[in-house]
Amino acid sequence: MSGDSPDSRPATDGGSASDAGVPEADSRPAPSEQPGPEERDHPEGRRNLEGIRIDPVLEAEHESRRAVISALVEDEPGVLARVSGLVSRRQFNIESLTVGPTTVDGHSRITMVVEETDPGIDQIEKQMAKLKPVISVGEVSGNAVTAELVLLKVEADDPAAVHAVTEMYDGRTLDAGPRTITVQLTGDEARIDDALDAFRQFGIIEIARTGQTALARGDVPTAPGEKPGTAGEPTTHDS
Amino acid sequence: MSDTAAHPREDDPEGSEEPATGADDAPAAESDETPAAGAVSTGAESVVAALEAAGAETAFGVQGGAIMPVYDALYSSSIDHVTMAHEQGAAHAADAYGVVSGEPGLCLATSGPGATNLVTGIADADMDSDSMLALTGQVPTEFVGNDAFQETDTIGVTRPITKHNYFASGADTVGDTVGEAFELSRAGRPGPTLVDLPKDVTQDETDETPGAAAPPAGTDPDPNADADAVEAAARAIEAAERPVCLFGGGVIKAEASDAARTFARTYGIPVTTTMPGIGSFPEDDELCLSWAGMHGTGYANMAITHTDCLIAVGTRFDDRLTGGIDTFAPEAEVVHVDIDPAEISKNVHADHPLIGDAGRVLDQLTAAVREAPDAEAWRERCAEWKETYPLTYATPEDEPLKPQFVVEAFDEATDDDTIVTTGVGQHQMWASQFWTYTEPRTWISSHGLGTMGYGVPAAVGARVAADNMGEPDRDVVCFDGDGSFLMTMQELSVAVREDLDVTIAVLNNEYIGMVRQWQDAFYEGRHMASDYTWMPEFDKLAEAFGALGLRVDDYDEVAPAIEEALDYDGPAVIDFHVDPEENVLPMVPSGGANGKFATAEDQL
Repeated sequence: MSGDSPDSRPATDGGSASDAGVPEADSRPAPSEQPGPEERDHPEGRRNLEGIRIDPVLEAEHESRRAVISALVEDEPGVLARVSGLVSRRQFNIESLTVGPTTVDGHSRITMVVEETDPGIDQIEKQMAKLKPVISVGEVSGNAVTAELVLLKVEADDPAAVHAVTEMYDGRTLDAGPRTITVQLTGDEARIDDALDAFRQFGIIEIARTGQTALARGDVPTAPGEKPGTAGEPTTHDS
Repeated sequence: MSDTAAHPREDDPEGSEEPATGADDAPAAESDETPAAGAVSTGAESVVAALEAAGAETAFGVQGGAIMPVYDALYSSSIDHVTMAHEQGAAHAADAYGVVSGEPGLCLATSGPGATNLVTGIADADMDSDSMLALTGQVPTEFVGNDAFQETDTIGVTRPITKHNYFASGADTVGDTVGEAFELSRAGRPGPTLVDLPKDVTQDETDETPGAAAPPAGTDPDPNADADAVEAAARAIEAAERPVCLFGGGVIKAEASDAARTFARTYGIPVTTTMPGIGSFPEDDELCLSWAGMHGTGYANMAITHTDCLIAVGTRFDDRLTGGIDTFAPEAEVVHVDIDPAEISKNVHADHPLIGDAGRVLDQLTAAVREAPDAEAWRERCAEWKETYPLTYATPEDEPLKPQFVVEAFDEATDDDTIVTTGVGQHQMWASQFWTYTEPRTWISSHGLGTMGYGVPAAVGARVAADNMGEPDRDVVCFDGDGSFLMTMQELSVAVREDLDVTIAVLNNEYIGMVRQWQDAFYEGRHMASDYTWMPEFDKLAEAFGALGLRVDDYDEVAPAIEEALDYDGPAVIDFHVDPEENVLPMVPSGGANGKFATAEDQL
């Protein structure tokens, strides 16, 4: 560029570069002349962390709650890795994950307990539903039948008392030795928690919990669209 | 196209075994009977038959030990193969090929390093929802899991960055698997898929010709949104006083640009786009406010901030678009159209979720809105913002060449259907800001992953796509930064070998410019590792590759150089030495309010 006085030139929106490469005069406000960030109008409204407009109805932040998610999946290699990877990658707060076969060969049920807000629970369901091996997924209602199996090893200083507590919680003694006693407990979460409190007095040495599994009560399908069936009948929502 | 001769990147771990094309693998040739059309004799031939049946025309890849059977089957295939310099280039080229053509791109790599080199390109396609099929060789099934030579757990590595990936389990089924993977990549919300191919699976004999391919059940959703939800959204749009359309990349992928234009123009609703949505709505239209977000226009960000009804189509509300969620369109009732239910209310709550194909739902909305919103005053306000916050830059005579000027000069010298590819950085932002895009599938860039080095291999893929589409006269211009260009410039060798007519404009500021800009704004000007004063002379490098190489330092050299490069029938590189201190503005600081964009450095 030569022989031209320094100036500035327009950019887009109808502005065009000169064929001769000579910048043209620009009467529009230069960036430094435009109103600064604080000089502009700004709306009063806000959204919360979940992207929901805050208004008198929705002002409160969502509280986390526990939810049981049940997914019917195809037994493809790596299906559990896909689901667990999804959950960990997206930072969902998972409490337990159980998996086992269903009434149909090639199908498994994954039961997941999570602690999330309602939008978070909704996202977990939607993200899981995107996985190709996932046939159906949904939250199991609060009225569902839930159970967990726990193996518990305690010190055997007072075998009679351990036996009594085990009986009280309908448990079974699986192994009893001179130094340790191992019992098995099953039940819903509250019952298991109560039992563990009771066993704590004996000195719990080791514990193994399976995490909760669940089925919806009555005729309600556990995963949405799932057709409750007996062995040999298909359970997919397409049938 | 290019050769298919076998030049394994490493010693073949099974060097002593019989080659895949041995007599045992060619029963058809020994038979007196003429094989039926599409007949296959090996797993590899079944793979290629599936690709041909799916309509694949070009594959981008690099040879290697574990993928050799597939390459051998490609030898007599109708599918062209472009040998790339690096597998990352193959993935980016396939990605761009898919974006330009609307068909899934195809890339191949061998096991281990070949597959891991694809990873960046696959992740890039995943973030931008680009349909693409990657085929990777794998060590023979019996060696899988044993840390064999050139083995990587490709399925494990690519699980989080693919729509779905498959481990081929046998020669009889591998063709159907590849066909399904191809269709899945474009079904519903597009995305990359991958099939990992153990060498024994592709070498084994089979006479199972792949059947008609279809995506897996449940992956091709209903294109129409719920009618009641559409009605409710239509009422909200009618009642709006400050409506804004926000068109994302999904509009382009769904071929919904016409429907989007009809909708906005019918009801006089101002339009912003996301960066991937550039081209969905013509930027020279009076209603268009260009793109919103971190480096979007001030007027788009003002409109987004003040709207009372945001009609968002095919966008996932990326944080580079929204800035801080609390201040994003804070008073807007949000109508969100998306084919993927998981995007609804993921980042921004949707008051009116419309799940379906962008084009179909926009047609539904166009039919359902009975009365245009009363938005005359709002349109005038938007027009005022365009006057108040124009994109500008200064060009004093005594300062170095401004990169924005180069972009504008290219825009002026080329037609509307010119395809622009970019790397990632300041040059990418200038290429998006100072070029006026009017057509979909002309803006090819790395958005969600922000992959430096995307530009040159993307230009290769875009050029091949345009040529395959019978459009050899369309220009392909790659804007690259000096840092970006250095990362994948080896693909220039491919452009030369394949005689691809592309023009690469390096906006060379001898910095990792965007990092330098952030260091100036947020790190007290400490230019740690962003200063590239040892940059090579790109025009001479271009000549070494066999391309046309030009260097430009001054304003009056710009137009002649562009003309020479565009006229040159083959790859050309122009090394534009631009103002190293130039910054990308406006800018919304990360996590800030869109309406508080900075228009000058001292506002950051």
